[in-house]
Amino acid sequence: MPGSLRRPYDRIVVAAPVTIPYARYSIKSAHWWIGRALKALTEAAGITVRDIDGFCVSSFTLGMDTGIGLTQHFGLCVRWLDHIPLGGASAIAALRRAARAVEAHDADIIACVAGDTNHTDSFRRTLENFSRFSSDAVYPHGAGGANGSFALIARNYMRTYGVKREDLGRIAVSQRANALRNPHALMKTPLTLEQYMAARPIADPIHLFDCVMPCAGAEAFLVMREETAKALGITGAKLLGTIERHNAFGNDPMQVRGGWAMDIDDLYGMAGVKPDDMDFVQTYDDYPVISMMQFEDLGFCKKGEGADFVRGHDLTIDGDFPHNTSGGQLSAGQAGAAGAYIGVTEALRQVLGTAGPTQVKNAKIGLASGFGMINYDRGLSSGAAILAGAAS
Amino acid sequence: MTEPLVRPRRKNPLARTRLPTLPPQWRSRTSHELTRAAAEGRFALQCCAACGHFTYPARDACPVCLSDELVFKDAPHGGTVLSETTLHIPADVYFRERAPWRIGLVKLDAGPTMVAHLHGDSKEGDTVRMSLQIDKAGQPVAFAQPQTETPHMSDDKQWREMTADPKFRRVLVTNGRTVIGQEVVRAMKEAGASIIFVGIADAWKPFPGEAALRAMEGVTIVPLNTADEKSTFDLAADIGAKIDILVNTSEHIRGGGLLDRHGTSTSVDEIEQSYMAFLHLAQAFGPVMRMRGADGVNSAVAWVNILSVYAFANWPQFGQYSAVQAACLSLSQCLRAELRPGGVRVMNVFTGPLDTEWFQTVPPPKLAPRVLATGLVRGLKNGLEDAFIGDVAEEVRQRFAANPKALERELGQ
Repeated sequence: MPGSLRRPYDRIVVAAPVTIPYARYSIKSAHWWIGRALKALTEAAGITVRDIDGFCVSSFTLGMDTGIGLTQHFGLCVRWLDHIPLGGASAIAALRRAARAVEAHDADIIACVAGDTNHTDSFRRTLENFSRFSSDAVYPHGAGGANGSFALIARNYMRTYGVKREDLGRIAVSQRANALRNPHALMKTPLTLEQYMAARPIADPIHLFDCVMPCAGAEAFLVMREETAKALGITGAKLLGTIERHNAFGNDPMQVRGGWAMDIDDLYGMAGVKPDDMDFVQTYDDYPVISMMQFEDLGFCKKGEGADFVRGHDLTIDGDFPHNTSGGQLSAGQAGAAGAYIGVTEALRQVLGTAGPTQVKNAKIGLASGFGMINYDRGLSSGAAILAGAAS
Repeated sequence: MTEPLVRPRRKNPLARTRLPTLPPQWRSRTSHELTRAAAEGRFALQCCAACGHFTYPARDACPVCLSDELVFKDAPHGGTVLSETTLHIPADVYFRERAPWRIGLVKLDAGPTMVAHLHGDSKEGDTVRMSLQIDKAGQPVAFAQPQTETPHMSDDKQWREMTADPKFRRVLVTNGRTVIGQEVVRAMKEAGASIIFVGIADAWKPFPGEAALRAMEGVTIVPLNTADEKSTFDLAADIGAKIDILVNTSEHIRGGGLLDRHGTSTSVDEIEQSYMAFLHLAQAFGPVMRMRGADGVNSAVAWVNILSVYAFANWPQFGQYSAVQAACLSLSQCLRAELRPGGVRVMNVFTGPLDTEWFQTVPPPKLAPRVLATGLVRGLKNGLEDAFIGDVAEEVRQRFAANPKALERELGQ
């Protein structure tokens, strides 16, 4: 196992995982959802809003507001502020930045929050105005949004590596089984592989159950030093290692791998662990094919072996490779930028032993990853973090 | 293989006319260089003057060397389809109404990859010919199609959205008295137009070519004097809702500049026969064409003006004529903007001197009316917005793009 030249995190903990239960549509604003998450953070940690001295927010639906507007909106007086527009990679990026900030005492308690509302036209508006490259060169070609772009990636990946729809179906079906144990998941009915295969096409080879359901919701956690947590009387998960990468492998004509593949030695080296040590994995699952890509790029199998890997493992909570134990975005819902956080907050609950009905037995250490921003023809941002419980 | 288009049946008069919707319209300012190329039917991409790399989508700095000297220039139009998808549930009304819709990711021979509309006869792994097209919103999009002709290729559903092919469409040629009008009728007929209405003013006055015109199958002579507001509105009331392509062949050419022409009666005539005629036509036929932009196989699709390339820079030998043409060019831009909500395109066909009696004293090269008509139809079939036909028009286009001041001076000598 190669080491890492990066400085290890010095007793940095991540605490108070918060999920504001999702709603398919909401007439509330993103501010309301983020406000609920902040309130829940203070309650979970037994603090007041005045104890928060660092704030990091991600959202697609704040309109003209950014982090600074929110400080006044929520009565926050902070000495460290960030606003991360990295979509599905926002949570890992938030975690990394907040960790170094509290480590350096630039702040003591940082609230990392992502929240979005979902009005009936929010999703289309987000698609329309996603990025300049997208508006110039993608959206006018069929207006398929993420479905169209990921369909192109998925089809090429499936052909290149001999992946069948059934293989991707295993990921979706297992996650649905997990979601049925999560009372907050929007999807509440079982999904069989037959139903998955029979679903209507959205953008070939993407079919209905390959797609997330856009919804409203918020997710959040606190980042602090271990001593701060101790003083507050709360338990946090240890942050062992992280990676982040943007616009990796730009010369690959089509995306068959993400930035993780560039950085995994660093990730495991920094944490001093190997893929086999993970008790569970929470990947960024905007589409099952992206989760499969992560199994490869995060070192659980070799490139091109993702299909074999899912055929050979049980991805449910009680299986030998518990994956997206909350149901993930595919079955719990995609609450905008909170979709980046869902894997991190679930990972925190798992290692803290507070996951309740979705708890993996004896989960001590796990991995959460992020993936975001299909600016033109590929997802640009990737990240991952390894978190461990207090006992490990 | 492309399913050939079926001749549309007569429209049920009780059926609701489907209203036009448009594909997504926003583009960055830099991307409008692609609009310029698409309008003229060129495949141009940004190329870095410092390092020579082609880039796409449009950027403001080269991603290889960060130079800001990104110049749009004609690029090799070959490519290979890396991946494709069929969109069944697009997010936007225009595409949802037209789904399933196919797109592909194309690796260009020039280097970059391009998301493109995919012709029905092109699939994953195929080599393709790329083009930039003007879509119904008037904005540039990429289109990939087979490199060699396939059967009924131009009937492809997605290609037809990008073009104004006369096949099975009903055409109004506004003036059939002239050779140009008659050649346009002939070219439209060859292109498969279903009905060609031909405007004739003062039908009692005979004109050359009349017998042949009247004998042509599918041609309907209609009374039209475009310089007369009432005549134009009367015809629009009668057949306006049946016109899919309007070709404004109003033609009034008189030599002479400013100082050596005495009085204004000739000038007033020029304005009435060209500018006012265009205005009458636009006000009479424009609104109903805009309504019918999505009315099935034979929807309203294009408005064509035949303009002198000296609309761009005055040619003093035909100085007042040039000025009226410039006014018509300006008006065409207004019409283009106002027809856009209907998805109806305005194509301007620019010519140099024509091989007709009014340019008798001008030395060659002069454009044969038949070549003009063929080029006009080719422009419609390829979905152009600005078609420069003939060597003189093409030369003036290039000289105007290179240095308008030099062009002005040289035309004045």
